[in-house]
Amino acid sequence: MIRATLRATALALMLGLAAAAGAKETGRKAADPNEKCLDCHAEAEPGDKSAAGKPVKVEPESFLKSMHGQAKVACVECHADEGVRKYPHKSPQPAQCSSCHETAVKDYAATAHGMARKGGNGVAATCSNCHGTHDIKPAADEASLVNRAHIESTCAACHGSEALVKQGKMPGGNVAALYHDSIHGRLLRSEGKAKDRVPVCTDCHGSHDMRPKKDPESAVSRANIPDTCGTCHAKVKKVWAGGQHGKMRASHVMTAPGCTDCHGAHTISDPKAPQWQVAVIRECGGCHTDYIKTYRDTYHGQVTDLGFTVVATCASCHGAHDMLPKSNPLSKVSDERILSTCQACHPKANANFVKFQPHANKHSKESGLILYYTTKFMQILLAGVFAFFGLHTVLWLYRGLAEVRRRRGEVNQEKH
Amino acid sequence: MSSPMDPAGGAAAPANPGAGGRYYKRFDRIDRVMHASLMITFIGCAITGIPPLFSDHGWAAGLARALGGYAGAALIHRICAAVMIVVFVSHVARVFLVAARRTGLMAILWGPNSMTPQPQDIVDIWRHVLWFVGKGERPKFDRYTYWEKFDYWAVFWGMFIIGGSGLILWFPAQFAAFLPGWIFNIATVVHGEEALLAVGFIFTIHFFNGHLRPEKFPMDLVIFTGRIPEHELKDERPMEYERLLKAGGLAAAETTPPSRPAMYFGWIVGGTAVVVGTLTVVVIVYSVIT
Repeated sequence: MIRATLRATALALMLGLAAAAGAKETGRKAADPNEKCLDCHAEAEPGDKSAAGKPVKVEPESFLKSMHGQAKVACVECHADEGVRKYPHKSPQPAQCSSCHETAVKDYAATAHGMARKGGNGVAATCSNCHGTHDIKPAADEASLVNRAHIESTCAACHGSEALVKQGKMPGGNVAALYHDSIHGRLLRSEGKAKDRVPVCTDCHGSHDMRPKKDPESAVSRANIPDTCGTCHAKVKKVWAGGQHGKMRASHVMTAPGCTDCHGAHTISDPKAPQWQVAVIRECGGCHTDYIKTYRDTYHGQVTDLGFTVVATCASCHGAHDMLPKSNPLSKVSDERILSTCQACHPKANANFVKFQPHANKHSKESGLILYYTTKFMQILLAGVFAFFGLHTVLWLYRGLAEVRRRRGEVNQEKH
Repeated sequence: MSSPMDPAGGAAAPANPGAGGRYYKRFDRIDRVMHASLMITFIGCAITGIPPLFSDHGWAAGLARALGGYAGAALIHRICAAVMIVVFVSHVARVFLVAARRTGLMAILWGPNSMTPQPQDIVDIWRHVLWFVGKGERPKFDRYTYWEKFDYWAVFWGMFIIGGSGLILWFPAQFAAFLPGWIFNIATVVHGEEALLAVGFIFTIHFFNGHLRPEKFPMDLVIFTGRIPEHELKDERPMEYERLLKAGGLAAAETTPPSRPAMYFGWIVGGTAVVVGTLTVVVIVYSVIT
């Protein structure tokens, strides 16, 4: 960066000197190398367009305040193609950044944006989409488009536009809107301490190293998500790593869930929010399909399914990040610990109490013969009663209607 | 007066019992209050208990929220359950009290005024079904028909099954003092299934038998007014009519026409119950199918 700035400054100085020399010769005061360009481009009306449909207006004040203006970079350094040197300009090419920002441009080529653009996606962001054009400011400047204060809106310019999302086939859809409503997005707008610490887009995705999710090098690849989230959530990451999911990941079982499998990526909610605690049960059930079925057979499962949070969710018994198999004595549901786990909600629970089967399958003999045959008996009872009285009712309805018609007929006959 | 044996005699009677005619007492005030209490608490338990059984349907969550959410619905459910148990226990106590003071134990255990199923009930079922399909005369019922007895004993069975399992689930720690925890699994299954049976039965079969069948449609007010019109007694319960006639008890059973408040209560509260119940069944059936 410094090197690039020095080079730019040197170039600007050289051009400036050259221009100054020219001015001496012609006897005019012209220290600004861009004067010739601005003669036309500053005078243009804001709505004016070139033959190629590009805006031609340049605000000299805005440019002078920009990083490049401050460094006295000449217009032709970015608009470097030959076509611009002559007037009228012959089919000028887009401004180029690589002559100074060589590394950044090279890195960009491997990003999701760079690859999409290479693949012919005309919507994918280039340098100017994120950094601006004539008004580029240093990232540390609060006015910069890539300053932390503006990252959300800068990315949302494309990833929050339904039309562009569709046109560019952007993965994830309108992720800006999702992020905006997520706990991260909400904290960013809050007044608390957290607003300076919560991640903005680039904190998770990177900027010039923003690789697509499927790239193993990506900060948001399946394997790297725990480390990326763990940058801030280090404690939780440690607990997760000690739990069954983390252990499976450590032994390269990539189907085991990382952070976003349960929490979502751009939809991350406040984990203390009751609605989320109830909703995440479905995420658990997405993999543990048998267990969610039997859970929904219990009062715990039914009440949470209705959206109420008073009763036990998966995490209440199994833990959130530290879940372990029942066979592990450290597990919250191990024989050693189950009583204290139940007592968290049922303080009077005793050894008998914990013989409750939170995941009994009433249709399987394995969950106990009494439960199995009780269920069968109830089913037969219901079927029997409804079959008998159902038929009884249908027949009675038929006879009853016939009787009513017959009586009506008799009454009519009497009248005649 | 036409003979009670002549079915046309009843049919020729005025369609509107309010327009004159004699009335006989069928249920006393306490019977009617108990039925009304049972009816209200049953519906209270049903609508607060059904959402968990259909928790995966959107309407269930909406209904549960409308009933005061988890805390509100659970409170209504338990209040209704407690009142229902009190009503049930009082009824049983009263039956034996009445037996001890007036009729004697035998009269409540056997005979036409007893709810005990008897051989005649089996004969009645058979003849009734034959009559449905156009074979033979309609059976001559006495004071309590077989389907009324079924309803009655279904409440007894239900009170023990649903009430017992419900208490276990209400006070788990207390029951776990002497029962193994898997009893909660059994209680959950039994409570839910028996509740579906009770709700499904009351809101379809009982409503049809008692109120919605063509001869009664849209409602039989006898349980609300306590009074049965003479033509209905002769037509539907000829055995009772004849028995009272022969024994000379008919005059003692004769009473004033139904009071307006009792009729209004029947029409409004009973009608609401029929509408709520029928809607509930429609929603349940729809949910079971989809």
